[in-house]
Amino acid sequence: MSGVLLFAGVDVGSATTKAVLVDVKGRVVAHTVIPSGGKLAAAATVVLERVLGEARVTMENVAALVSTGYGRESVSGRTKAVTEITCHARGAHTLNPAVRSVIDIGGQDSKAIALDERGGVRRFEMNDKCAAGTGRFLEVMARTLQVGLDEIGPLALSAESPARISSTCTVFAESEVISLLAQDESIPSILAGLCTAIAQRVNSLAARVGMMPEVMMTGGVAKNVGVVRGLEQAVGLPLITPEEPQIVGALGAALIARDLGARRQDATA
Amino acid sequence: MSEKRVRIRSAEKMKEMMTLYYMTAKMAEQEKSPKIAWITSGGPVEILHAAGVIPIYPENHAAMCGTVRMADRLCGVAEDRGYSRDLCSYARSDIGSILSGESPIGGSPKPDFLVCCNNICGTVTKWYQALQRMFNVPLIFIDAPYQYEADRPEALAYMKAQLEEMIQTVGEITGKPIKPDTLTETLLRSEEAVQLWRDIQDLLRHRPAPMNSFDTFIHLAPIVTLRGTPECIDYYKELKAEMEERVRDGVAAVPGEQFRLGWDNLAIWYKVKFLADKFAEHHAALVVSTYTENFCYQAPDRREDDLLWTMAANYLGGYINHGLDYRERELTEMAENFHLDGFVMHSNRSCRAYSFGQYELAQSLERKRGIPTLMIEADQSDTRAWSDEQVATRIDAFMESLAARRVAV
Repeated sequence: MSGVLLFAGVDVGSATTKAVLVDVKGRVVAHTVIPSGGKLAAAATVVLERVLGEARVTMENVAALVSTGYGRESVSGRTKAVTEITCHARGAHTLNPAVRSVIDIGGQDSKAIALDERGGVRRFEMNDKCAAGTGRFLEVMARTLQVGLDEIGPLALSAESPARISSTCTVFAESEVISLLAQDESIPSILAGLCTAIAQRVNSLAARVGMMPEVMMTGGVAKNVGVVRGLEQAVGLPLITPEEPQIVGALGAALIARDLGARRQDATA
Repeated sequence: MSEKRVRIRSAEKMKEMMTLYYMTAKMAEQEKSPKIAWITSGGPVEILHAAGVIPIYPENHAAMCGTVRMADRLCGVAEDRGYSRDLCSYARSDIGSILSGESPIGGSPKPDFLVCCNNICGTVTKWYQALQRMFNVPLIFIDAPYQYEADRPEALAYMKAQLEEMIQTVGEITGKPIKPDTLTETLLRSEEAVQLWRDIQDLLRHRPAPMNSFDTFIHLAPIVTLRGTPECIDYYKELKAEMEERVRDGVAAVPGEQFRLGWDNLAIWYKVKFLADKFAEHHAALVVSTYTENFCYQAPDRREDDLLWTMAANYLGGYINHGLDYRERELTEMAENFHLDGFVMHSNRSCRAYSFGQYELAQSLERKRGIPTLMIEADQSDTRAWSDEQVATRIDAFMESLAARRVAV
């Protein structure tokens, strides 16, 4: 693949770090997801090495690199840092140009974005400092209930009726879960209750922004079918979930890198 | 055009003036004369100046506690005594300062009496009752009924009657009745200062703006504390001349100004520099704020032959004693007059009177005027409600969307 011109997007999130390579036509050449760990700069370096390895290219093939996410300023070699809000909007729009709203639930934040017809950000809302309504919330609950993160969704869907979880505070909800366990509530219905709680919490962000169809859900939590169903009910619209919801931000970053690269070539031509 | 942000020369003079004011108040405390009154920021201070009473603003003191990041600890002191963490952080930190004796300026000089006007919020009512119990001094309370639409005449008459009573009471407390001529002179001086402050803020309509809202937050101190005094007029004349000079010479508060934004709600005192730098990074100048506009509010219902009526109207009104329709009109006018690209709304945990309805206002600004808004969740002085990274991301994303809109046009 030597001589080929590529563009990279690196999304350093609180839980996972993602990289996407696209070619001059914006097609995905390779993508990788790794855990972020404690050192964000190191995670960015590793994810980039992996994705380059997967595409069998080197940094010399990368004409521009855009970093995004919580650790976007710690990515060395970046052409530019762009926020995850702009990148998710761009990525979602490219995957499906009919998308006008994005709900992204990541490891430590959740956001709702309203898009214009070109994939630009019209309005957005993010969660406050509290971890309720984020992937972190589900991680804590999965640990308490001793189920795998991947099992939450299917188990929640198998519940006859969701248990009532009144608190969306991670700490309070955890003690609520423990008392539900003590009352012999079934694990699927507790999980269903948790999915409903997170969906209602995130829906308040969505309502402030105003959700217009099509709505796409991105971020790792989009893999959790329990939350997706809960959100569809709360929002009142069907949700599109991409095949790889985690890499939408990195994809948007790679596409912005491609714009930058193209502009630069225009300037030198 | 210079590339670096240029310091405002007048700031030095303001510092001297405010230091002198505090020193004078400290001396008065020791010598038990003249009398000292603590007063809310929206209180009718002209009556105190006319009576020779030194006004002290617990809110200013609390803002200082916020600026030097002492507020969290002082709030903690009040919380330990049972004041809820959900109360205003100004009230908590000032009460915490009184209880612990800790203060960035060695404490406010003790009051001989208190003046509370509820035109800024309901919290001050309870706050000043707490102060009354702590210091065991008289409390003058001015009740300013909330106005949903145009100011009601019966509310104005009610305000005027209370101001007349206050003039009487302050005279009794000092032992010297306030002379009508002195009060008139003070009110006229106050009007002059308010007009100068209005003029200065209007200079920010100019592109590039000669001053930033983050500067106006700081330069607010004299108009709050000293309106009605000759020094206040002198100061704003000097500041106005400096700003006119900047406009003439094309000096920009934010070099390379590309975007113009409005600000709603109180300053975030512990992050003024962070925010100023962050917006400047995006070549965005904040050119108007509802907060500083509060202090040049001049009521529509003015009577040249009845200064007290005009005074009543001024103190009844103001941005936060008015309903949402009024606020929407104000914001829209600001957006037009100051050529705004967007509005930044500080959703302030402390100040519900100010923060309620912001989403409603944001949506109508967007829907009717196409003006996008950014919501920042924080607190005026309690840093526990703040997160650097989250706010930075919100600002970056907002500025990216403004830049994208511009490309698209």
